[in-house]
Amino acid sequence: MVPLSYYLVLSAVLFGLGVVGFLLKRSVITIFMSIELMLNAVNLAFVAFSYQWQALSGQVYVFFVIVVAAAEAAVGLAIIILVFRNRASLNVERLDSMKW
Amino acid sequence: MTAEAVLFFVFAGIAVLGALNLVIQRHPIHSALSLIVVMAALAVLYLLLGAEFIAAIQVIVYAGAIMVLFVLVIMLLNAGEEERTNLSQAARYLGLPVAVLLLGAMSWMLFRAGPADGLVQADRFLGQTGPIGRLLFTDYALPFELTSVLILIAVLGAVVLAKKEL
Repeated sequence: MVPLSYYLVLSAVLFGLGVVGFLLKRSVITIFMSIELMLNAVNLAFVAFSYQWQALSGQVYVFFVIVVAAAEAAVGLAIIILVFRNRASLNVERLDSMKW
Repeated sequence: MTAEAVLFFVFAGIAVLGALNLVIQRHPIHSALSLIVVMAALAVLYLLLGAEFIAAIQVIVYAGAIMVLFVLVIMLLNAGEEERTNLSQAARYLGLPVAVLLLGAMSWMLFRAGPADGLVQADRFLGQTGPIGRLLFTDYALPFELTSVLILIAVLGAVVLAKKEL
């Protein structure tokens, strides 16, 4: 048995690693996966707080987060396929036509 | 140390190592596989917190469906190793300290948010499918119905976007 704070710290660490991946990686797909990692970290915090307050609402929110992540993955990966077809590259540094 | 503490530390370690590996690996497929490891470890942690339903859909939907989509796209596009690009001077010298600072501040805030004395016991609180389903169809009925619209729009969007010619 461990204190609930450990779960919350683990959630923060995973979120931080997701941020680092989002900022450091150069491949669109890996950046997208870092976002999924951050969503997972938030889900862990939701479940931990749901346990703390003995309320199921937190777990219902995790359900909604997973649904949104699924929709996001479907649309996002379709966009990535489209970008790759037009640019023949997954490097974000090359996708700069909207850059000022 | 009780069995639950051992399980927590083992799977928390696996999750952190998997997340680190996701950042370190240069090939997208290696990153995707380490993300699956993170998700499986998180499913065990959800079970330790008593969230049975969430643990199940974590494995089925997240690790099963979403990550399969990622791996499929990586293989479809034949994505190779990512290219190394030069970071700016500011990013090189400021990036790591700022990231560590962010991580530390967030950990500290969340550490203080948790109760100091409460130990997690898996059998004290159960997020079973029945109660969650009842909640979904009573208090959260409108958001639940809206998710079906969201999924429908996402399906249409994905089909329209990925089509060769409109």
